[in-house]
Amino acid sequence: MNKHWLNIGYDRSKYPETGVDGNLVIDKTAHKLVKLWQGPNHPGVTGNMSIELTISGDEIVEAKTHVGYLHRGFEKLFERRKYIQVFPTCIRLCVAEPDYNEYNLAASVEELSGIEVPEVAQWLRTLVLEMARLQSLLRVVPGQGGTTGLGIGVQWGVYLRDLILDRFEELTGGRVYHMYIIPGGVRGLLPEGFKKRLKSTLKEIDEFIVNIDNLMFSNAVFKKRTIGVGYIDPTWVDSYGIVGPNARAAGFKRDVRKDYPYLKYNELEFDPQTATESDIYTRSRIRWHDLKMTVDLIQQILDKMPDDGIIRAQTPNVLHWKIPKGETYVRSESSRGEYGFYVVADGTEYPRRINLRGPSYTHAVSLLEHMLIGANIADVASIMVSLQTCPPEIER
Amino acid sequence: MKKFIKDLSFRFNITEIEYQRKNLAFVSVDKESVMQMLSYLRDTEGFSHFVLMTAVDWIEDGIFQLTYILNNPTKKIDLAIRIKILRENAEMYSAHHLWNQVATYQRELKEMFGINFPGSPRVNESFLLEGWDNIPPMRRDFDTKKYSEETYFPRPGRGTNDPAQHMKIKLYPNE
Repeated sequence: MNKHWLNIGYDRSKYPETGVDGNLVIDKTAHKLVKLWQGPNHPGVTGNMSIELTISGDEIVEAKTHVGYLHRGFEKLFERRKYIQVFPTCIRLCVAEPDYNEYNLAASVEELSGIEVPEVAQWLRTLVLEMARLQSLLRVVPGQGGTTGLGIGVQWGVYLRDLILDRFEELTGGRVYHMYIIPGGVRGLLPEGFKKRLKSTLKEIDEFIVNIDNLMFSNAVFKKRTIGVGYIDPTWVDSYGIVGPNARAAGFKRDVRKDYPYLKYNELEFDPQTATESDIYTRSRIRWHDLKMTVDLIQQILDKMPDDGIIRAQTPNVLHWKIPKGETYVRSESSRGEYGFYVVADGTEYPRRINLRGPSYTHAVSLLEHMLIGANIADVASIMVSLQTCPPEIER
Repeated sequence: MKKFIKDLSFRFNITEIEYQRKNLAFVSVDKESVMQMLSYLRDTEGFSHFVLMTAVDWIEDGIFQLTYILNNPTKKIDLAIRIKILRENAEMYSAHHLWNQVATYQRELKEMFGINFPGSPRVNESFLLEGWDNIPPMRRDFDTKKYSEETYFPRPGRGTNDPAQHMKIKLYPNE
């Protein structure tokens, strides 16, 4: 048979053959490999990135993550803007949860200039961050089902997320991007009757997420496709920088809210779940528990927070505000894990450097490339979604 | 934290110490001892979580500052290690053998700042930019405005106004 670089003339159904030890024999030099691109259009709910897969049969032998489809040069743009002007830009770093960017930047600026945030503003910030987590999880938890064909769960999630976005619109004026957290505090108090309306929204979500549980976690197809698939070894957690629910599913109890309490988290009662199975099913289950926990947290915040008070500390004129020279790293727990800002101030009105540490930077590049080796083509989307990747934070 | 940094300064040549918070400190060391220090912190002191690595361009001094932030998940403390390297022909030792994600950071720094990390896997592959032929874009001397004016065509009928002057004329035309 004539050898051809495009593999024409080979009977591909017979390849790869089984060796004497029972494992598949994959000869990388035999020109029997095929390149396949996954992406850059959305495979599931993970945003625009692509993976260059080298496959043999339907098994992946090599994977390379390609990003850059969403690169807007944010970190360069920050250097040309005053601190207050960075806010409208930095929230676009992650569409799913813009509020963590606002909080991290505001907290860095406050830390560098020594500003104390009033009590009510801290409660309001905690509330907004938890609402952001809720709407993000409502996309990703049913989205995991979507990768195995349970499309109805995704539609439920979109509906429930819309209810939270309505409350965001009422509170901040914006649905997706809010710019509610500003240096020194927040932009406003809760509108009249907001607590009551948010509580009824939470009640509706709380009743509905049981359906998501029944739909996904008892489903035979979902179980078959996710149990034991996409395993993360506990030894990888530190060597690959895995954080958040992905680390918790591998048995590491890591949650910034518990480990480095910020805002009002040390006054709230919550217990992040951990597990040891560390497959797609477990990570998904951990996120579902996070969803329940977030609903409970918002209820606690609404019950404990004061109704009135000062919402913003005195700051200099924000357009002529010179931040003292210094450096800091501020982190918070997003729904994907540790989310941090490294801010360098040089004593002028402009930041010298703002660098984002997003969980996807490690999850979607080095970890994903490693995890996909040996996986099946049909599982790539499931594995990607189970890591909850968000490409904009890789290519700031 | 203070005791730990004091112990550390006996082992390594720490030139500058800044305590930013009670669980975050910035230390400056020289280029030669940074790899030893990273290995020591990871293997002996429990700083197993590599948080981030990035560069800051101090163009007026002709140096790049490289910052490695490490986290100790047991003691819950962070240590940021800063080193200064010359801006011209910037080169740094690669730390890809210590944590697997470091190679990605180094690849990005090579592309965005032009800092070379000899021996780092795939360091010469483009990360975000394809076919880039200008100076590395995150350097302070890269002029974004000039680049966009040269690269992109201006749309007809589109102009720019100075916001302060424009609003003044628009709001108070008689003054």
